[in-house]
Amino acid sequence: MHPVRKQRLYLVLFITLFSTAAIGLVVYALRGNINLFYPPAEVVAGSAPVGQPIRVGGMVMEDSVQRSPDSLAIRFKLTDYEQAVEVVYVGILPDLFAEGQGAVASGVLNEDGVLEATEILAKHDENYMPPEVTEALENSGYDQDGNAK
Amino acid sequence: MWPIFHKLGSPPWLYAIAGSILRWLLPITLLALVTGAVWGLLFTQPERIQGNSYRIIYIHVPAAVVALAGYYVMALAGAVSLIWRMKMADVAMKAAAPVGAAFTFIALFTGAIWGKPTWGTWWVWDARITSMLILFFLYLGVVALYEAFDNKEAASKACAVLSLVGMVNIPIIYKSVDWWYALHQGATIKFTGESSIDSSMMYPLLLMIGAFYALFTCCLLLNMRVEILQRESRTQWVKKLATKAGRP
Repeated sequence: MHPVRKQRLYLVLFITLFSTAAIGLVVYALRGNINLFYPPAEVVAGSAPVGQPIRVGGMVMEDSVQRSPDSLAIRFKLTDYEQAVEVVYVGILPDLFAEGQGAVASGVLNEDGVLEATEILAKHDENYMPPEVTEALENSGYDQDGNAK
Repeated sequence: MWPIFHKLGSPPWLYAIAGSILRWLLPITLLALVTGAVWGLLFTQPERIQGNSYRIIYIHVPAAVVALAGYYVMALAGAVSLIWRMKMADVAMKAAAPVGAAFTFIALFTGAIWGKPTWGTWWVWDARITSMLILFFLYLGVVALYEAFDNKEAASKACAVLSLVGMVNIPIIYKSVDWWYALHQGATIKFTGESSIDSSMMYPLLLMIGAFYALFTCCLLLNMRVEILQRESRTQWVKKLATKAGRP
């Protein structure tokens, strides 16, 4: 290779590597702030600020949803299967909100460790299945990873 | 290898070869797009949780995949134009930027449409969506930076450096859902291990991804042909081409 071109090749590699390293360090330094939500375990451990707007994300715990009979108020628990955070919310829920499904609640954590949510978002997983496959799997007694239930 | 490289540097040759590739690639692209869209939208089962709204995956995922891959095409062309001062690599870089921006926009737009019925929001500042928005601005930045220079050689150098620096964003977008807690779900189609989408839904998706790659290539080649004609408008071969087409 011509020496001038070789020099330019090194320049290109230098630009690529050093910009990657620089931005990588910035991203590494900001890693806590890039997370969209706190997992329930961190909230229970006290890492989440009280009295400030935050988001908590996890799975809606089975059998934890309590709906008010005469209003849109709802109370449920978000869990990461280690700890659970109680959430209260008044308003319309997304269609995909259900027990055993993921959800992200944004709101303010009160002194009792209950999240007073102002918005609930549903989180869906990366599994896409037609309904009949799910039914067939349920009948067979195996889950979709092939493990016996 | 070197003769090909030298030929690639020749505008009339590249113009002609791009034309003959387009002649068969355009019909194939169109056929694959129509087949994939009809298959995915009409002949697959609704999803067990999301129902029919998941079907936008057949536009959203292919557009996003190609938007990421397209950035590497642009950055690689930029590197070649920096190192070898190859004019046609510069043409490819300049032509790739608006096409990539368009695909990124499609991915963001369909993502918002998909987010409303499933997540319950059009937009959320999570790592995946924000880094994708940065990709959109990087593409637009290359377009704008190129136009900002009067000296086209300086423009080419500056844009090549910008696209190289922006390259770091691609692995960040790709891994964002694994590295941070995000609303966006993880990868469905995996290079290693089994994909978490039913095969009846995956085949049309793979076809659509292939079709979008072909569509990107078509748009890129069409754009490059226009760019070559504009740059070479004073040369003999372009004038000849114009007279042959009936416009002296």
